[in-house]
Amino acid sequence: MTTQTTAVAPPTAAVPKRRRGGSLLERRRQRWGWVFVTPFLVVFAAFLVFPLIYAFGMSLFTSTLATGTTFTGAANYVKAFTDPLFLEGLGRVAAFAVVMIPAQLIVALVAALVLDSLTTWVSKLSRLLIFAPYAIPVVIGALMWSFLYSPRFGPASTLFDLVGLQAPDFLSGDSVFASLVNIVTWQWSGYYMVVIYAALRSIDPAIYEAARIDGANGFQTATRIKIPMISSSMVMVITFALIGTLQFFTEPVVLRNIAQGAIDAAYTPNMYAYSLAFSYSQFNYASTIAFSLGILVFAGSYLFLFLTRKQSGLK
Amino acid sequence: MKSKLLATAGVVALSAAALTGCSTASGGDSAKADCTNEIVNPDATQVSVWAWYPAFEEVVDLFNESHDDVQICWTNAGQGNDEYTKFSTAIEAGSGAPDVIMLESEVLSSFSIRKALVDLTEYGAADVQDDYTAGAWKDVSSGDAVYAIPVDGGPMGMLYRKDILDQYGIAAPTTWDEFKAAAEALKAAGAPGVLADFPTNGRAYNQALFAQAGSVPFVYDNANPTEIGIDVNDEGSKQVLSYWNELVQDGLVATDDAFTADYNTKLVDGSYAIYVAAAWGPGYLSGLADADSDAEWVAAPVPQWDAANPVQINWGGSTFAVTSQAKDKEAAATVAKEVFGTEEAWKIGIEQGALFPLWKPILESDYFRDLEYPFFGGQQINKDVFLAAAAGYEGFTFSPFQNYAYDQLTEQLYAMVQGEKSSDQALDDLQASLEQYAGEQGFTLQ
Repeated sequence: MTTQTTAVAPPTAAVPKRRRGGSLLERRRQRWGWVFVTPFLVVFAAFLVFPLIYAFGMSLFTSTLATGTTFTGAANYVKAFTDPLFLEGLGRVAAFAVVMIPAQLIVALVAALVLDSLTTWVSKLSRLLIFAPYAIPVVIGALMWSFLYSPRFGPASTLFDLVGLQAPDFLSGDSVFASLVNIVTWQWSGYYMVVIYAALRSIDPAIYEAARIDGANGFQTATRIKIPMISSSMVMVITFALIGTLQFFTEPVVLRNIAQGAIDAAYTPNMYAYSLAFSYSQFNYASTIAFSLGILVFAGSYLFLFLTRKQSGLK
Repeated sequence: MKSKLLATAGVVALSAAALTGCSTASGGDSAKADCTNEIVNPDATQVSVWAWYPAFEEVVDLFNESHDDVQICWTNAGQGNDEYTKFSTAIEAGSGAPDVIMLESEVLSSFSIRKALVDLTEYGAADVQDDYTAGAWKDVSSGDAVYAIPVDGGPMGMLYRKDILDQYGIAAPTTWDEFKAAAEALKAAGAPGVLADFPTNGRAYNQALFAQAGSVPFVYDNANPTEIGIDVNDEGSKQVLSYWNELVQDGLVATDDAFTADYNTKLVDGSYAIYVAAAWGPGYLSGLADADSDAEWVAAPVPQWDAANPVQINWGGSTFAVTSQAKDKEAAATVAKEVFGTEEAWKIGIEQGALFPLWKPILESDYFRDLEYPFFGGQQINKDVFLAAAAGYEGFTFSPFQNYAYDQLTEQLYAMVQGEKSSDQALDDLQASLEQYAGEQGFTLQ
């Protein structure tokens, strides 16, 4: 042991010298690194870090119409997590997550698997068509669906009339949930399909050949080889979908224009924050809601990534 | 070495300057950025105005041509809530609001409590007070303060499809009892449409119906801004709502949301035989597409609870207020007072914008009384209906959190028409939620 330490000692003594020599070069290099990174850092600080700090600061104050603004510390957060409107909204987006994410994932995965095993021009055309809804701006897509759902302008009443039935009301309190799931699935499945499809294309075809020689049929190849091999892409897709669902906003806001009773102002936490700030001018409490949602989204995605660390390769 | 450091610093400074420069340029001047209209006298003081009146550009041109010292720079910043949202953000930001803003009278308290509006008593509001009725003036004042100049009003009447009612042999109702009987008769006759709509998002419309039975939902005075009286579950409101709930549950009226594309079509395609409307309703109707070509519209007084003691009601109405961000408040007040202060301006407003004037010189003129409306087959609707309705209006007090109150009302009415709660329960729940909200907002309940 002792001999070892003495043997080690001389190099450690030499290290500072060498490091100092390298640090000049390295520092110069680092300086240029900073120059290149600076524009990003400035934008990042100005449009993300600073607003976040500002919003957090705002959330620590309470402003009421009658008595003005006072510092109240965490009181807003206590209020938020006991606020039935906020909790109801959270419950609703959780329900959306449970229904909507599997729906999108299944559509995207099946489409990608089918397209991956086709090699004709049909595959290229279908890929484009399935992806097309994603190319439509979300607001336009939601507006378009609001016309399709409309009892007067939509095709449903005409179609149901043909067979002598009463068309369902897509915008009633009971069915608006499913109507929203439908819009989101329609819009986003194509995007997820493309991500999954790209992952599928990167698998070495030699593996399929080996599977075929071993006697695997198409279905077995898909479920035993393809899906396990693209699990990291699947985790990414689910993470995107999870964050998107927790922050659900645009579609319900657009549909609210034609279904104000069924979709209330606090339908999702994001909508609640928006109404608080811009309809009821409670900017401080709105910051609290927004920040609380942000924390939950962060915690939720982190938890999900932690649980799937094996599949995603982040381990 | 040094030069490189300097260069580094320069890049950082430049990018920072570019960013901040960008944001201030677009933020600070947005209210005055471009005018929709042309400025006639470029040297005069410019006053920025947000408004969404139809045919307003011509009114602005008229004002600019007749004023050498003040010019209006007009922008349409959206209708109703869209504009209020922008204004609200500008108040919070401390800049970006226009000098003069069009506001419905129901939101005046919501903005004056945030100290966003200028008290016009110092800027000669008293000079024009005699040009308006007492009811109209009460809507814009709170205690001694005057927060806006009235522009147009919404006295209510009943517009009905004479062709439809005649077809089923139904007389136009004059009381709510007759209204119900007419709804039943129409349904019994197997008509494809219903008598009317009861929108759960009617907001001011629902409130007006309650007011006819004596509802005084809020007691509020800016002189004492931390106190508020809330009474939305009074006997009158309960009676009105239970009446409508019966019609709804029996399928005698529709419950379509108002101001949607569906609703707009149904208004004019015969789905509703009656449109209980404000004086701006005819203008709204005639602007809608897909109307029945053979529709025969007639205006009549709004149905009454007690025909012997008619009560007139009001739905909507707008004003011009001066914001506390106005740079030249004197000039801004001049605009607010004078833009709709001439007969020429009002002729544009009435004939092209279908507005109902609150400015007495035109309101009481023979011209306005005898005006014939082609949409109503030449009927003199002002003489027949709306002038009397306007004369009976005594003003109304709204809460300083009216948007919240309306959202809650919509939620409760929706729960009621869905059959989740009784009409009494809906109003009791509304009362409870508003009381709680007022408490949270630091108000003392009277």
